[in-house]
Amino acid sequence: MISVVTGHRLLVAVPFVLVALIWGWLTLERRIAGLPPRRGFFKRNGWPVGIYLILAVALWLLGMVVLPQLFMVELSFRPKLPFNQIGGPRDVYTLENYRYFLFGSPTSSVNWNAVHLRALATTILSSLFITGFNLLLCYPIAFYMAQVATRARLRLLLLMLIAPYWVNEILRAFAFRVIFASAGLLNTMLLGVGLIAEPVDFIGRDIALFSGLIYAYTLLMVFPLYNALDNVEAAQIEAARDLGAPWWHIHLFVVVPAAKAGIASGCTLVFMLATGALAAPLVLGGPSAMWFTPIVYDRFYQVFNWPQGAAYAFVLLVACLIIVVAGLRLLRLNLSDAAR
Amino acid sequence: MEAVTVRFGPFKAVDDVTLRVAPGEFFSFLGPSGCGKTTLLRTISGFVEPTMGTLRIGGRDMQGIGPNRRPTALIFQSLALFPLMTVVENVAYGMRVRGQSRAARRARAEELLNVVALADQGGKRIDQLSGGQKQRVAIARALAVEPEVLLLDEPLSALDLKLRQHMRNELRAIQRRVGITFIYITHDQGEALTMSDRIGVMRAGRLEQVGTGRALYDSPETAFVASFVGEANAMPGLVRDTADGYAVVETAFGPLQGRNPGGMKPGSQAVLFVRPEHLLPLSASASCPQNRLQARVTDLAYEGQVTHVTCVAEGRRLLAVLGPRDGEPPAPDTEVVLAFAMRDAVILPPASHA
Repeated sequence: MISVVTGHRLLVAVPFVLVALIWGWLTLERRIAGLPPRRGFFKRNGWPVGIYLILAVALWLLGMVVLPQLFMVELSFRPKLPFNQIGGPRDVYTLENYRYFLFGSPTSSVNWNAVHLRALATTILSSLFITGFNLLLCYPIAFYMAQVATRARLRLLLLMLIAPYWVNEILRAFAFRVIFASAGLLNTMLLGVGLIAEPVDFIGRDIALFSGLIYAYTLLMVFPLYNALDNVEAAQIEAARDLGAPWWHIHLFVVVPAAKAGIASGCTLVFMLATGALAAPLVLGGPSAMWFTPIVYDRFYQVFNWPQGAAYAFVLLVACLIIVVAGLRLLRLNLSDAAR
Repeated sequence: MEAVTVRFGPFKAVDDVTLRVAPGEFFSFLGPSGCGKTTLLRTISGFVEPTMGTLRIGGRDMQGIGPNRRPTALIFQSLALFPLMTVVENVAYGMRVRGQSRAARRARAEELLNVVALADQGGKRIDQLSGGQKQRVAIARALAVEPEVLLLDEPLSALDLKLRQHMRNELRAIQRRVGITFIYITHDQGEALTMSDRIGVMRAGRLEQVGTGRALYDSPETAFVASFVGEANAMPGLVRDTADGYAVVETAFGPLQGRNPGGMKPGSQAVLFVRPEHLLPLSASASCPQNRLQARVTDLAYEGQVTHVTCVAEGRRLLAVLGPRDGEPPAPDTEVVLAFAMRDAVILPPASHA
């Protein structure tokens, strides 16, 4: 068993080894392909800019993204200890945080931790639903923007899409609460029109939560889609139409395959962010709703068990990545396509 | 097609065009860019509804019938092949839409690829094909829906010169083989002249003249047609006398005689057009041509079969094209007497600026 001190050293070394490996691999690949070595990075950019670029990227990527994530992962394998015992003899690597997630106890593995497991499953399934619904909602909008709208109409539409997002996320969640509350806007209206006899419990039935989450990520779906659909040649759509295709056939077999990468990109963004949503579940979640992120949040700030929180966060991340990669495989795309 | 007009706002893209194209005909619309020929083609294919007038295909009024339900197939300027499908899938798309079985589609697609001489290329991706091959895939894809009319929107403009000339013959051959009506639009008069049974010359949305290539070339009815179809030397002036279908025009070069198909009256403004191959140095003329003018040779361009002789007379550039039997071309910077027969010149009203 490696000690925590060695673990920390390894941790700091990992990113540098990775960078070196990737750089070496790229150079080797060029050599195998018989390409001439690329013109020196510093020659192209000049020394001052070159050094700045490397430092900036290294600081940002390693210091602010990779290392903190790695530390969280490392933390998740350590026990929760009082401050004075950290780094002491009891501070050894352990799986107890993950055991707790699965079985609800750091030591026993008799009963499943049904509440948390169900929350994770609910979160992932709901996020999948939100992603799918968002795709259906945004595809027509994006298609209209990319292929139909005039320039002026497009500008107006963009403004209408973006303006609501100038409002703070939490404020927006509360606005949805105002709309969906028992005595809220929607219920009052529906009652007034006479469509319903008594108020609908939108919040208890999670309709408010789903609406809020779907709405929160429409932009993230619209823009990749718009980008992809904008690149679909208008003449291809016309050609399909000219060959006799009805509109649904054109979309299904000509437009969507061409926009596949953008669709994957939008879906990945929405799915990942929906699973990680915090404000909307907290504000709009009904009493029965158990989103996974607030549970993670509670590990950190209610239970004050950071290692456990880290383990929960890592579980969520891995679960999401598995889903995303599986989804991309299903669409025959790779990660770099979705990142476009 | 009867009195078809297409307006975009106040702008008339197609203005009162009436035309009948016979079944099995290879008809070309020829005109400079922006003359409305693409709009006309899109009107026929159904992407644009005429503002006025009636469009009939095979006697059937096309009003309100969408492009997917018309018996036309359009070949786009960009070809618009589906890049994610193979050649066979591209060709079979129209049949797939019509719900034909996979086997039937495949068989017909192979057959069509044979017609366009791409028999063993079916499994390839579109980006693996050359420009000319893509062209032929687009044709096969369009033919697959068994259209009554095939519409072609400058499909050769993206190809290089050699390939373009090759594809002209190919297109013509394919049209003969399948026997359906081809409506072709182009701004390249060479394409139009070599392939078409008849040509309609368009300008600013109007159909200026319809006829065979020879008719357009030898007997243009308007100044625009005379100068757009082939090269022509224009000599503006005033009509002086008319007699027996001929007229005399008083030009800067002196009085010149030519045919007067439009029956222009004495005193009216006119332009006399002479084709460069009819404008020859006097020494090279076999007969005794009626019209002569003094010019100075400024440039010679030897092009193999012919020699282009550029001359200047009275501040105007004149072009004479000498064939191999027209003798030695004059030397540059010499004075030369150019001559042409009056039956080789045509007198037309000057082009109105529409």
